[in-house]
This record gives sequence, structure tokens and C-alpha cells, in this order.
Amino acid sequence: MKVTVDSEKCCAGGNCVMTAPDVFDQRDSDGTVVLLNDSPPAELHDAVREAADVCPSACITVSE
Amino acid sequence: MPDSVLVVGAAAAGLGVAEALRRKDYSGQLTILGAEPHVPYDRPPLSKQVLAGDWEPDRIRLRTQEVLDGLKAQFILGDPAVSLDVSSHVVRTACGRTLTADAIVIATGLKPRMLPGGGDLSGVHVLRTLNDALGLRAALQAGLTTDARVVVVGDGVLGAEITATARSMGLNVTMTGPQPRPLDMQFGPMVSGMLADLHTENGVTLRLGTGVDRITGAGGAVTGVRLSDGEVIPADLVVVAVGAAPETSWLEGSGLTLDNGVVCDASCRAAEGIYAAGDVARWHHETLGTTLRLENRTNASEQAGAVADAILGSSAPFVPVPYMWTDQHGVKIQVHGTLHPDAEVTIADGDPSVVNEQGKRRFVARFRHEGRVTGVLGWNMPKQTIQRRREILADLSPA
Ligand SMILES: Cc1cc2nc3c(=O)[nH]c(=O)nc-3n(C[C@H](O)[C@H](O)[C@H](O)COP(=O)(O)OP(=O)(O)OC[C@H]3O[C@@H](n4cnc5c(N)ncnc54)[C@H](O)[C@@H]3O)c2cc1C
Repeated sequence: MKVTVDSEKCCAGGNCVMTAPDVFDQRDSDGTVVLLNDSPPAELHDAVREAADVCPSACITVSE
Repeated sequence: MPDSVLVVGAAAAGLGVAEALRRKDYSGQLTILGAEPHVPYDRPPLSKQVLAGDWEPDRIRLRTQEVLDGLKAQFILGDPAVSLDVSSHVVRTACGRTLTADAIVIATGLKPRMLPGGGDLSGVHVLRTLNDALGLRAALQAGLTTDARVVVVGDGVLGAEITATARSMGLNVTMTGPQPRPLDMQFGPMVSGMLADLHTENGVTLRLGTGVDRITGAGGAVTGVRLSDGEVIPADLVVVAVGAAPETSWLEGSGLTLDNGVVCDASCRAAEGIYAAGDVARWHHETLGTTLRLENRTNASEQAGAVADAILGSSAPFVPVPYMWTDQHGVKIQVHGTLHPDAEVTIADGDPSVVNEQGKRRFVARFRHEGRVTGVLGWNMPKQTIQRRREILADLSPA
């Protein structure tokens, strides 16, 4: 699995952090997404797919 | 488990149901019917980056073609549903299609309200769809060259965002509405007072506190808006943002209960095998002990997940902590939970009276009502705001 984020589109909602905290974080200054791991291990795949689907700015893309 | 699912409405909520079903390994037949010809797109940028001219439509596609193909769903676009038969699960469309499925999802969103007098005049706009946004953008850009007087009717989130964006493009903008300050009902006096100052500092003219009765026109073109006290504010371009009604006209006579939305039970079921998600759905929120219909982007995705679960046999209640955000004049406001207008407001982080080196104020406000934290509001402090969300979660147990 390969994860990419479009940080210009990010609306800093933090849903990804709530859904997959091992893979996503937010910048302290403005809440923009920080990708902690662009190739997460298998046990995190479900959470990452969910994070991509529920992101309210549709800025996370997962390819497998 | 149903052999087939038909989703009516091909935007955030509708697409979200389809995605959640596939994510949960649903392998049956999936059809998504949408009224608009466009591939599924996102609405929040319509009043922000798209309206400002910073983003073109391609940038607000919800998913790439590759991701849509991966859903293995049939998309039927540009053909609105015109009726639903609840007992036979038959949906008919404007182009004459007859579709049926074991499970049907209603995700048709909202339709903007118009004001009396405005329906047929040129120069009067609403903003809900991509086409609306492109039309309004062209009108604003043209208005720049003629020094047009823009009046926004609406002191809610959408009216305030359109005001801010039009002003940032350089237009002369007046915002009208019945509330004393923008978003007063939603945010309460302290934050709405700061918002009023923000708009004024950015050169917006606020004419708040008196509602607009009707739009005035001459020779087929708009000339202004008439306030309820009789005064007319002249305008060359009017944007009406006075709310929107659930798009349930195609469900009249279907037998479903329609009451300011499609009325659903605690797990978003409207009838046997029929569900609703997103802006159109009113459901029973068990922990809040009330029925609720949310008009925000995150709910569309979260409720879509709940509907997918219900289709797959779960009877778990959908009990989200509501979340919305808005961007105005470079300020990002985020709200988790619910804010009672008469809540006691305290500052949890930051300081609203301090302007930092970037020219920004930053704070998180905690809203307490009847002894419990019901919501938090962040002003330019996303990460800290979400950390405060826990205080609501801890308090959001059944009363
Ligand atoms: C300009 C704008 C800015 C916004 N900004 C924010 C924001 O900053 N933050 C936030 O939290 N929320 C925001 N929102 C709200 C958010 O966009 C909505 O909550 C979200 O789009 C709801 O998704 P939905 O799928 O339920 O409805 P919609 O997005 O309205 O989608 C419904 C779809 O159903 C289709 N449809 C309608 N009737 C039929 C029919 N008969 N047959 C088939 N299809 C039909 C429509 O064409 C539409 O594509 C904004 C909304 C707008 C309009």
C-alpha cells in the first residue's frame, strides 16, 4: 500500500488522525496533515482506507 | 445481505455509502444514480477556492477515475430519480429508466431556497452546485470591471463564506440578514462578535439585524433587496444564501415519512431496505435523545459508513459528535459537538485578544451548557481543537 496526501487540499479536520493515528498527524501551527508513514504495514491498511474514504477534503489517496 | 444496492445521489454521502460497502467486503451489485452530469465532486470548495478562481473544477473531483473504477459500481449520471415505490423498491428516472435493488439509499442532499421576487431576475444567484459556482464566479469577475454592488442575503455559514470570498476578489460586498452578527445563532455572541469585526476589518459592509423580504427588479434584472422595515438596498448582483431544503420532492407520495428530511430510525433506516444518508437524512440520535439532520461534510461521510453497516445487517445506532468547519478571510473556524446559544463560554487554549506575528488570532473556546461540555470551537487552532474534543466525548453519555 502506498499513501499520498495533497496537503494544499487538506482542511485540517483531523479525521485521519482520529482514524489512523499511527499513519497521520497534524502540524501544530495550522493543523495540516503530516504523513508519518507512506507505506504502512498490513495491520493498518483497513484504518488507512477508512481514513481516505472519510477525509472531508478528499485529500488522501491510497493505491494498492 | 442484499444482492443489490442502489444509491440515489452521487456526491459525498452517496459515494461514501458505496465505498464503505466495498471496504466492508460487500460484493453484490452496486448502482449509483446522480442527477448532475459531473463525476462526484466536493462542495465545500465551491464557496472558497472554486469561487475565488483559485481552483478549476477538476481539482474538486472526490476521487480519481482509477479509484472510481476500483469500486466496481455502475454510475448513471445526469438522470435524476423522479419516484420511489417503497413496497416494490422501484426507482424511476427522468430519462425513463426503471431501476430496482434489494437495498435503496437516499442521498439527494438539499435544494437552495429562493426569496420572493428573485426567481426570474438576472443577477440573482444561489450556490449549491458546481454549475452555480461557475456561474456566480463569472458574474463576480464581470462585476469587478463594472464596480458592481454585491449584496449577499444570508448571515449563516454559506452567506458569510460567499461574502468573504467575493470581498477577497476585490468586490464591493454588503452582507444582510436578520441576526445581529454573522452566525450569531450558531456560535453565540462572543465568537459572532469577533466574526463581525473580521468582516468589517476586511472591508465588508454589514447590514445585519433586519431580514430581507424580497428581491426587487426592473426590466428582468435585479435592482436591489428590500428589508422587512421597507428600506431597499440597491444591488447589481444578489446572492441568496437563506438556507436550503432537503431534496425530497421526488419522494412525495412514496409512503416514506418526510418531515424536514427523510425521517429515519437510530440506524438511518427509513423503511424496510431503505436508508438515508447525508444532508437529506433526519435520524434519531440516541445519546443526544433527539432527531437530528446535519448539513456538514463530515457527517455525509460518517453517516454513509453507518448506512453501509445497516445495509450489512448491523442495528447499531449512529451517534456521532457533529463536526463542521468554515473558512472566512483566512480564518479557519472548527466546531465539534453542539453549541447552545446561551452556553457559558470559556477559553481553553490560546487567547482571542492576542494577534500573533502572522497577524492571526488563535484560540479554542469551550461551550458548557447545563453543567456539561456540549461543544468546542477552534479559531485557527485545528490540532488543539481536536484534542479538546475528548471533553465532549467524555460528557456525551446518555442523560
Ligand atoms: C457552497 C458550499 C460550501 C460548503 N462548505 C462546507 C464547509 O466548509 N464545511 C462543512 O462541513 N460543510 C460544508 N458544506 C456542506 C457539505 O458540502 C454538505 O454537507 C455535503 O455536500 C452533503 O453531502 P450529500 O452527499 O448529503 O449532499 P450533496 O452534496 O448535496 O449531494 C446530493 C447529490 O444528489 C443529487 N441529487 C439530487 N436530487 C437527485 C435525484 N432526484 N436523483 C438523483 N440524484 C439527485 C445532487 O445532484 C447531488 O449531487 C458546504 C456546502 C456548500 C453547498
